[in-house]
Amino acid sequence: MLWVDLRFLSRNWLKTLATTLVAPVLYLLAFGYGLGRGVTVEGYSYLEFVIPGIIALTAMTTSFNAAGMKLHVDRLFYKCFDEALMSPVSPFALIFGKTLIGVVRGLLSTAALLVACFAFSPLPAISGLFWLTLVVTCFAFSFLGVLVALIAKSHQDMSVFMSLVILPMSFLSGTFFSLNQLPTALRIVLSFSPLTHTSVCLRASALGQPFPWGSMAVLLGFGAAFFGLCFVALRRASL
Amino acid sequence: MPEVIVTKNLTKKYKEICAVEDLTLQVGSGEIFGFLGPNGAGKTTTIRVLTTLAKQTSGSVWVAGYDVKKEPEKVKKVIGVVQQHLTLDLDLNVKENMALHARLHHIRGVERKQRINELIDYVGLTKQSEKMITDLSGGMKKATMIARALIHRPRLLFLDEPTVGLDVQMRRRIWDLIRRLNGDGTTIFLTTHYIEEAEALCSRVGIVNEGRLIALGKPAELRQKVGLVAVETLIDSKFTRYQYFPDRNAATEYVQNLPSEIKTIIIRDSNLEDVFVELTGKKVGGDER
Repeated sequence: MLWVDLRFLSRNWLKTLATTLVAPVLYLLAFGYGLGRGVTVEGYSYLEFVIPGIIALTAMTTSFNAAGMKLHVDRLFYKCFDEALMSPVSPFALIFGKTLIGVVRGLLSTAALLVACFAFSPLPAISGLFWLTLVVTCFAFSFLGVLVALIAKSHQDMSVFMSLVILPMSFLSGTFFSLNQLPTALRIVLSFSPLTHTSVCLRASALGQPFPWGSMAVLLGFGAAFFGLCFVALRRASL
Repeated sequence: MPEVIVTKNLTKKYKEICAVEDLTLQVGSGEIFGFLGPNGAGKTTTIRVLTTLAKQTSGSVWVAGYDVKKEPEKVKKVIGVVQQHLTLDLDLNVKENMALHARLHHIRGVERKQRINELIDYVGLTKQSEKMITDLSGGMKKATMIARALIHRPRLLFLDEPTVGLDVQMRRRIWDLIRRLNGDGTTIFLTTHYIEEAEALCSRVGIVNEGRLIALGKPAELRQKVGLVAVETLIDSKFTRYQYFPDRNAATEYVQNLPSEIKTIIIRDSNLEDVFVELTGKKVGGDER
């Protein structure tokens, strides 16, 4: 399943990478350099603070879109996903295969963004835990992309999910500001966003703080839940 | 002739709508079986159940001896499917679409390459093998879908409206391809709403209307039921009356006794459309008679 998506990526890599990086680089310039110049958050410059957040949201949006949109198009417009459903490929292989392109593209985009960040500021500390967080994040949001693509009945359903869930999550999950500034009730609500835990983990590892293993566990839990729900959605796709 | 498809009281409902009702059917190995009926009659739904894409609401279905509900993985290994609509990946070229399908069927390495080249040659697309799908004509796309469906050497090939939207020349090329496939040992289950297609290709046909099987047999047997000879008479230059007779003599006798003011009279062999119209009161295209 990954092979076909990699063929597409190899033909369109420049276009894909460029479109993926436009938004995060704009965020970096607008928030990191524009609004955030001279601002400190929790003892760090705003740029140091915001880079892990922008990387988190890039990992989320890229992996969700890469896994979800291609499957959505294959299922509802090209109808070629039917061919996969009629082949003797296990549901596990189908779901995992469609997920992997999200992980590959998510990691490539964040790596490219890190290179871009290097042009603006010193790189954050990139440890093994930083990459572990990114890999888990890309898997979790790729599974979510596959799940939504399997459930969506129209292009509008995908757009609605993007507008009502992904977009608010991008801005509210501790990506651009510290959650410690928020009232407790709102902090509790935002703890239900997987991206919040990505931001917390990435920022802690980038800034050399103690790693929040609790957030990593929650992130893994979200990933496992999305993966499980993909099986339910795939079964319902052939009723 | 062992049976490749067996359905017993197959019913498929979507909420309150009954798409297929109580379908009992057998298709033997080596047949070209035609499933004939108007749009919306339940043909595609039946194929979706037989090919594991949809689960029946009730009844039993066996394909190649496997229960489609309990053993879908085994069914998938022995069937090839060419759907009515285009199901090729438009981001890939002809060879890549076939390679993807080969990978889905666990055909590896050298065998995969050989099989792709063989089939591309078989359907006459050697010159187009590196072309993107969007650069192919409708007939070439259909031929690619057929070649792709054959990559894992299926025993049974489902063709859902294989020539819909194709020009006459390409339709005949696809017919030749279907005959060649059948001659090479593949059982074919095809749906169509083109009467001439069913008559040209099928050894047996099932006629379906509003989800129910209303006739089943060899085309000649079904024609015999309504009468082998049809007489069309144009009444008042407004509507056509159809009468059926067992042979030409009976038809000629009837024509000789018609009033002299009827100017337009056609005597011809009956066809499957006549069978359908007689059984349902509708044309296969869906219009009321």
